[in-house]
Amino acid sequence: MQLIDCPWCGPREEVEFHYGGQAGVAYPAAPAELSDEEWARFVFHRANPKGPLHERWSHSAGCRRWFTAVRDTATYRFEK
Amino acid sequence: MTDTTTGPDARPWQPPDHPDFLWRTPEPKRSYDVVIVGGGGHGLATAHYLAKNHGITNVAVLEKGWLAGGNMARNTTLIRSNYLWDESAAIYEHSLKLWEGLEEDLGYPILFSQRGVLNLAHTEQDVRESLRRVEANKLNGIDAEWIGPDEVAKICPIVNVSSDIRYPVHGATYQPRAGIAKHDYVAWGFARRADEAGIDLIQDCAVTGFTTDGDRVTGVRTTRGEIAAGKVALCAAGHTSTLTDLLGIPVPIQSHPLQALVSELLEPVHPTIVMSNAVHVYVSQAHKGELVMGAGVDSYNGYGQRGAFHIIERQMAAAVELFPVFARAHLLRTWGGIVDVTADASPIVGRTPYENVYLNCGWGTGGFKATPGIGWCLAHTIAHDEPHPYVAPFGLDRFVTGALVDEHGAAAVAH
Ligand SMILES: Cc1cc2nc3c(=O)[nH]c(=O)nc-3n(C[C@H](O)[C@H](O)[C@H](O)COP(=O)(O)OP(=O)(O)OC[C@H]3O[C@@H](n4cnc5c(N)ncnc54)[C@H](O)[C@@H]3O)c2cc1C
Ligand SMILES: [Zn+2]
Repeated sequence: MQLIDCPWCGPREEVEFHYGGQAGVAYPAAPAELSDEEWARFVFHRANPKGPLHERWSHSAGCRRWFTAVRDTATYRFEK
Repeated sequence: MTDTTTGPDARPWQPPDHPDFLWRTPEPKRSYDVVIVGGGGHGLATAHYLAKNHGITNVAVLEKGWLAGGNMARNTTLIRSNYLWDESAAIYEHSLKLWEGLEEDLGYPILFSQRGVLNLAHTEQDVRESLRRVEANKLNGIDAEWIGPDEVAKICPIVNVSSDIRYPVHGATYQPRAGIAKHDYVAWGFARRADEAGIDLIQDCAVTGFTTDGDRVTGVRTTRGEIAAGKVALCAAGHTSTLTDLLGIPVPIQSHPLQALVSELLEPVHPTIVMSNAVHVYVSQAHKGELVMGAGVDSYNGYGQRGAFHIIERQMAAAVELFPVFARAHLLRTWGGIVDVTADASPIVGRTPYENVYLNCGWGTGGFKATPGIGWCLAHTIAHDEPHPYVAPFGLDRFVTGALVDEHGAAAVAH
């Protein structure tokens, strides 16, 4: 099984982790001013590259903390 | 006719030799009226119906690998139309009707076997949702009925319907016209027909870029040179984002690994298709005898055409819970494809900000059953420059208007 490096606990088995999708998606600063297009972009659109992706992961069956990792979606290898 | 079964030259009857090639291997021309990117089931079906229904044959299907080696080669071939919402019911039922005549249309055996599907209900909420879906299906003219555990046991005797399991079977929805087909034969049948109509099927030809002029695409850049295109249809399933990113068209899909597995060959034990959302597995038995099983996607985004083994382990645990006899079956093979998942579990089909580029993606874990239906409707959309009524509800704009077609909750499981 793939080992994932938790910044707090060290390498642990993949089944202990929960995937949180693309990292760095900020809540809109002025939500009331967003157009429908901008809302759609915020709610439904996420990066989907074939290659490195900045992602949120949670060590849900361990320390339960969230962290950001860079993983290559083509090889599944964690880069950072 | 000479009789070769008697006399000195006697030899047993042999079926006609399968031809070495079912289609030509043409060099790409410099220009086509329509370029279809992706030679999976959807691309090939679209080519067939462009020729058959609209007389459009100056068409190329560009495939980066070999024909139908993507999800078309990897899916578990479940075909059904018992979706909840009117929009989904319309396109999937249209597709199922085409399946029912497809062997004749293609002149090619596809082993379409309408053995029915049971969608099991394990909780009171499952039961309520199942009944709602059955009634919705009936209103849409789709064969559907609700049956109790005894009926389930009659249709598929190896399902454990006893009450002492973790998720007892409270009943099931039953669609008798659902079935399976031989995925490779389906692809080859469409490919052969498209080729006969003069359409060029070009393998080993990856699209790597687009040439544009304002809001029109004028051609595609490929690993085999530039090809001019009057219209471009994207049928790249799990790889769609890699193309739409090049065009700068934001498309709300996420690519995930989806795995499946087969057992060794067994005697016929499983006469139908059984799906269970709550226990999370689905099973059918292929013509040769393997048990074919699948479940949900791996959680992370991935383009690797493989997934994690613990997902397979969970599928098998779920299968043994529902079918205790499987405990002694051996796993023969597992594999993965890449599926393009949307927020509402419905496809994205139709026009794009480029006036001559048509999008077909987001079929996720369930687009095999749609193969003839989407081929038919996408061909219409391309030929008439206007979405076919059955795909009109599935445009990109629904994510802005909010008119989602949410098939997650009530419409059985994926696939
Ligand atoms: C394990 C698994 C089980 C499934 N089970 C079912 C099921 O039981 N029932 C069901 O209805 N559906 C099922 N599906 C989903 C179904 O397989 C897909 O929705 C459907 O096959 C997608 O359409 P397609 O056949 O055209 O895709 P594909 O066969 O994936 O075709 C896309 C093609 O585009 C090509 N391509 C990509 N990028 C480029 C490029 N840049 N240039 C040229 N070519 C390119 C690819 O190589 C590929 O051949 C399953 C999928 C998987 C992976
Ligand atoms: Zn930790």
